[in-house]
Amino acid sequence: MTTVPADERIGSVGLARRLLIRPELGAVVGLIAVFAFFAAQSPVFRSPAGIANWLDPAATLGIMAVAIALLMIGGEFDLSAGVLTGTTGLILVTLATRYGFDVWTAMLVGLVVALLIGLANGLVVTRTRLPSFIVTLGTFLMLQGINLGVTKALTGTVQVSGLRRAAGYETARTIFAGTIDVGGTSFRVAILWWVLVTAVATWVLMRSRAGNWIFAVGGNEQAARAVGVPAARTKIALFMTTAVAAWLVGSILALRYTSVQANIGIGQEFIYIIAAVIGGCLLTGGYGSAIGAAIGAVIFGMADKGIVFLGWDADWFKFFLGAMLLLATLANRLVRRYAEEVKH
Amino acid sequence: MIIQTRDIGKTFGSVLALREVSMSVEAGQVTCVLGDNGAGKSTLIKILAGVHQHDTGSFLVDGAEVRFGSPREALDRGIATVYQDLAMIPLMSVWRNFFLGSEPRKGLAFDVATARRVAREELRAMGIDIRDVDQPVGTLSGGERQSVAIARAVHFGARVLILDEPTSALGVKQAGVVLRYIARARDRGLGVVFITHNPHHAYPVGDRFLLLNRGTSLGEYRKGDITREELTGLMAGGAELEQLSHELSHEPDRE
Repeated sequence: MTTVPADERIGSVGLARRLLIRPELGAVVGLIAVFAFFAAQSPVFRSPAGIANWLDPAATLGIMAVAIALLMIGGEFDLSAGVLTGTTGLILVTLATRYGFDVWTAMLVGLVVALLIGLANGLVVTRTRLPSFIVTLGTFLMLQGINLGVTKALTGTVQVSGLRRAAGYETARTIFAGTIDVGGTSFRVAILWWVLVTAVATWVLMRSRAGNWIFAVGGNEQAARAVGVPAARTKIALFMTTAVAAWLVGSILALRYTSVQANIGIGQEFIYIIAAVIGGCLLTGGYGSAIGAAIGAVIFGMADKGIVFLGWDADWFKFFLGAMLLLATLANRLVRRYAEEVKH
Repeated sequence: MIIQTRDIGKTFGSVLALREVSMSVEAGQVTCVLGDNGAGKSTLIKILAGVHQHDTGSFLVDGAEVRFGSPREALDRGIATVYQDLAMIPLMSVWRNFFLGSEPRKGLAFDVATARRVAREELRAMGIDIRDVDQPVGTLSGGERQSVAIARAVHFGARVLILDEPTSALGVKQAGVVLRYIARARDRGLGVVFITHNPHHAYPVGDRFLLLNRGTSLGEYRKGDITREELTGLMAGGAELEQLSHELSHEPDRE
């Protein structure tokens, strides 16, 4: 706006502050630091093959972290998301190997089930107003039981396998679990899905009405409802989005390994939340970013593989995880305080 | 007469929150609703705003009886409410708050450029001096926040503006600023319902005064029919106030 005369009080709000008040700032700093740490000690880590190696876990984690970030910005949690990746994978493999479904139909059934579980989570949370932490903890335990119980009943073991023989497997694998050659290094196609999910989520958050509603229902649900935001629908849609992300990741992993363990995904739900928090999401909702969550996932991927490249014991990963979480939360708080300091 | 209630009432279970209250709101006028805590002010405005539905009496908009199922329906009839504390989302920017729930669209997208520009222009038109529409609402003062909410309601074509205690949490100067915006909204032809427990805020700006006490009406007065002192007296329950001032006054005879 060239015609608007500058207010003398704006003066100091320069580029620096504008960058600093971005929620993903802490994650970017962390990303640079973690990369520098591992890259300095391990040439493999910074080679194209190494990058492809640590981008792979970042991608599958990132798809979930981005979806969870949207949900957290909307003020809710979903602890059932990790186990749901297992449920959808098990549905895919079971239907395709034991009931003669082709891979695509089996995936479609998995998607429908995921949507229904997301819908159920959302309906229970919005109708009862119980904390989503409790509601989805219930879903988490129920799904965990179903995953193991049904798998055992059908196969007598705790895994289903043999997806390779199912009709349509090769095409589905190429699209969801294949690799792409870039300059002689093969990258997992999951990375593209992750980039796509992050881009779409960012567009929705920043440039769509739904994005405005997500920030609003997480920031102050009552106020949002008072100005006509469909708060319940927004939240239900977020739970369903998370479920779709879980279906995508579950399908990617099932197609990649052609078998699914019945206990897969347990414990992952917290990793998603941690990645989203490192990316700048507030636990209280109303603030955060999809790109930040994606970066949080990269930090994880780097640490996960970097520790192996350095020849350290993998146990150190957990220590690293905790330290990152604490540092990121502290950094985010400082950034937010600084951003709000403009208060006169 | 845009809004009229006739002997309107509301019960919550066994609690009579509101009994036989009649009031009216005209375009270009300010109707003040005065009452102490628990007088039924909130229940009344929530009925007007579509949050609650009345149980008895009638509620008329443009002369026709209505019963709003949701705040959205009230909004669609041009009745906008600015709540005391839950008007805004603190972590969201001024322009995002301004268009919340009524975002301008460009194809599928939220037309961010238009939203920023219009928010800035509308605030300026109301004489509201906001430094930067990108700043989070949480960084605004209480008076600024109320002003943004008022400007928003005016922009979205409100014919009636319901303000729930907009001045109660503010200092003298900030309250004056908000009163000025109330007058400005009135001058733009809006009917304003101004809820307050402070007769000194109500009297200068009000055209009608509805007094509530324990869920019932103590009467609706035009400005010509009541003085500021009478208003203050009625509000505090006259005799009680005298008693209080007597109790609190110095008694120089005794040491």
